[in-house]
Amino acid sequence: MNLRLNRIKSQNLMTNIYIGSALLILSILDVFLNSFFRINISGSLPGNLSIFFPLILGFLGLSYLRTEYSGYKFLDSLNKNINTTNFNAFLTLFITFAILKAFPPALSWMVLDANISGDTKEACTGTGACWTYIKVWFKRFMYGMYPNELHWRINSAFLLVIGLGFVGYFFKENLKKYLALYYVVIYPIIAFLIIYYLISGGAFGLVWVETGAWGGLSLTFIVSFFCLIFCFPLGMILALGRRSNLPAIRYISVGYIEFWRGVPLITVLFMSSVMFPMFLPQDFFMDKLVRVIIAITLFEAAYCAEVIRGGLQALPRGQYDAAKSLGMGYWKMHIFVILPQALKLVIPGIANTFLALVKDTPLIFVVGLAEIAGMLALAKTNPKWLGFAMEGYIFAAIIFWIICYAMSKYSYNLEEKYKTER
Amino acid sequence: MNNKIKRILPQLLTILFVVFVFGFFTINAQVNMDNRGIDFGFGFLSQEASFDMQFTLLDYDGQDSYLWAYVVALLNTLLVSFLGIIFCTILGVVIGVARLSQNFLIKNSAAWYVEFFRNIPLLLQIFFWYYAALRALPLPENAQPWFGVTYMTIKGYYIPSMIWENLNVFMSCLIAAIVAIIFIRVYARKIQEREGKQLPVLYISLALITILPLLSFLIGGVTLDFEMPVLKQLAQTSFIFEGGIALPPELIALVLALSLYTSTFVAECVRAGIQGISKGQKEAAASVGLTPNQILKLVIMPQALRIIIPPTTNQYLNLTKNSSLAAAIAYPDLVLVFAGTALMQTGKAIEIVGITMLTYLSISLAIAALMNWYNKRIEIKEK
Repeated sequence: MNLRLNRIKSQNLMTNIYIGSALLILSILDVFLNSFFRINISGSLPGNLSIFFPLILGFLGLSYLRTEYSGYKFLDSLNKNINTTNFNAFLTLFITFAILKAFPPALSWMVLDANISGDTKEACTGTGACWTYIKVWFKRFMYGMYPNELHWRINSAFLLVIGLGFVGYFFKENLKKYLALYYVVIYPIIAFLIIYYLISGGAFGLVWVETGAWGGLSLTFIVSFFCLIFCFPLGMILALGRRSNLPAIRYISVGYIEFWRGVPLITVLFMSSVMFPMFLPQDFFMDKLVRVIIAITLFEAAYCAEVIRGGLQALPRGQYDAAKSLGMGYWKMHIFVILPQALKLVIPGIANTFLALVKDTPLIFVVGLAEIAGMLALAKTNPKWLGFAMEGYIFAAIIFWIICYAMSKYSYNLEEKYKTER
Repeated sequence: MNNKIKRILPQLLTILFVVFVFGFFTINAQVNMDNRGIDFGFGFLSQEASFDMQFTLLDYDGQDSYLWAYVVALLNTLLVSFLGIIFCTILGVVIGVARLSQNFLIKNSAAWYVEFFRNIPLLLQIFFWYYAALRALPLPENAQPWFGVTYMTIKGYYIPSMIWENLNVFMSCLIAAIVAIIFIRVYARKIQEREGKQLPVLYISLALITILPLLSFLIGGVTLDFEMPVLKQLAQTSFIFEGGIALPPELIALVLALSLYTSTFVAECVRAGIQGISKGQKEAAASVGLTPNQILKLVIMPQALRIIIPPTTNQYLNLTKNSSLAAAIAYPDLVLVFAGTALMQTGKAIEIVGITMLTYLSISLAIAALMNWYNKRIEIKEK
């Protein structure tokens, strides 16, 4: 049921529009002035009425403006989009006012009253955020305790690894058939060697930096990158195992997948740090970072396997039958017919798994590896920089948000692309 | 013959591999434990735990056994999960429906809400609420009451507690009302199928669920009192609230972060479910003369729920598993208490991590089994 104060007839359409827009503009102006300039026009009204004044005013304005068809393009699209019913009009006003009210404090805290100059805590004199803190600690948040003069090694390692990732695009036609071989086998090995020798050093005249000094966002990237390239082949084997018609292999794969999918990552990390050393030979030492990477790889492989299984199941039976009728064996059929098609289908799914993996890496903080959440905890308790937890977490949240949002958009685009191609 | 070998050999090799890995680990573990003088066993469970927990649902103190500590910690985990599931469902349904709104502003606000909370790691969100947002709350002496009787302070959220007398009479009345409602629903459906008549089930149910418990107050001798939190001065500058229930900031931060984060996924499930129903269904239902309410209840919801429930349960499961992040802000959940404190004290790494993992695994498998059963039941039976 729509509340209509005034039945609209064609001759007073213009009157309605004038009254409606005047009321609406007045209500928005009231809130705007109130929040940006602290001028309260409705302050003279008694008590609670002044709070609801703009809401009531705007509501009346919108109900005057609501017509089936006015002939004005802007007004019609306004009515169609935000002013269809009373309830909608109310929500519209509510959201508009909330944004208007929240914007000035947020802006002044983030920008207007914030400080970024100087490099001690004393430079932060404003009532807003202290970005000086972020500026001073920026290198720590990015590179952890890695020595300052050696940061070029991390940067160049990342650039090399990313560059090598694009090499596949430039393969000539006659090399295309080795593309999968390159990405699944050769690339991970080269990337591992690059990161190992460039970042940890110890050879070719580079100074050795122990993994305890690695940290910050670069550690997040290292961990998620390695886990991705290792969990993919493992996941593939498990997915094939789960669809195998040999019962022993199938049950073992199902058991593996369901086990890892059933436990939280944090317990897996605990396992890697306290339980895993017990399972290794006595004098066999394994670095903490390596243990964590192994643990996350084993964990993510189960999720990867489920994604790949989805791709395998999506292929029509005819593909299997056709391959078999050509006399292909199990491995030939899978390597040349099934997997190339199935893997193409699951690329968006894998991108999503990778996204989840990146979002999970801050958890390695609980076993004492100082990636970005760990560095924040460290900075937060530094006696020279007490009381800036908010800035730190907002900074980290922004960085992660940009990375994850870009990745989710990318995977969404891939999904759309493959949807149309099929 | 050749075929048989082809089938058996890979299986044999796989089993051998698994046996080898497990054997290797077991032997190493044995040697390592012998060297360190630890023996394998679950005897420690009955020993005195001798550590304290900040927040418990059941009575617990340091003299209780590790087994009891495990139960209490598990209850804390379940409490967080339960609260998180309730809030994320409410938020998720609202946001999911809002994303399908025709209102441009609402649709986009909901979309941004989802994009915002989904793309920030959960651990960072928990840290943000716990270390940054909740630390900005007032001290107890400066706290303004919310809704008159509850106080949100830096030390936690204080709410009145209920003191019941003859609670069991009230509860049995409530249960009787629920049972009666179920019976009436079944009966109403039968009547409708046989005679096409519709009983006002909703009104009858509402009447039953209010009148029966009310009767228990009037006749059954049930009384309800509220114990209000009261500000008390301990020293010159130190104030606390006494009485009522205190929800610690760890719990609040955890529930907030978990429900905001998971609600985005639930919202996407709800949206997909509602979008998954073709417009024709609604139009067909309208053309046979169903009212909008009936269309929603009898045509849209049953079909949408079939799409929504399985992925949503998955999200509930994720939430339960994610609640283990509690360990990072020292909320006494299963991981912190058992895999943290108890492990440090006893050194029984294998047993304790094993028990913790098995607990989560059994929760997951139980819910998965329930889900499979449900899916089978609601499956569209095609001819």
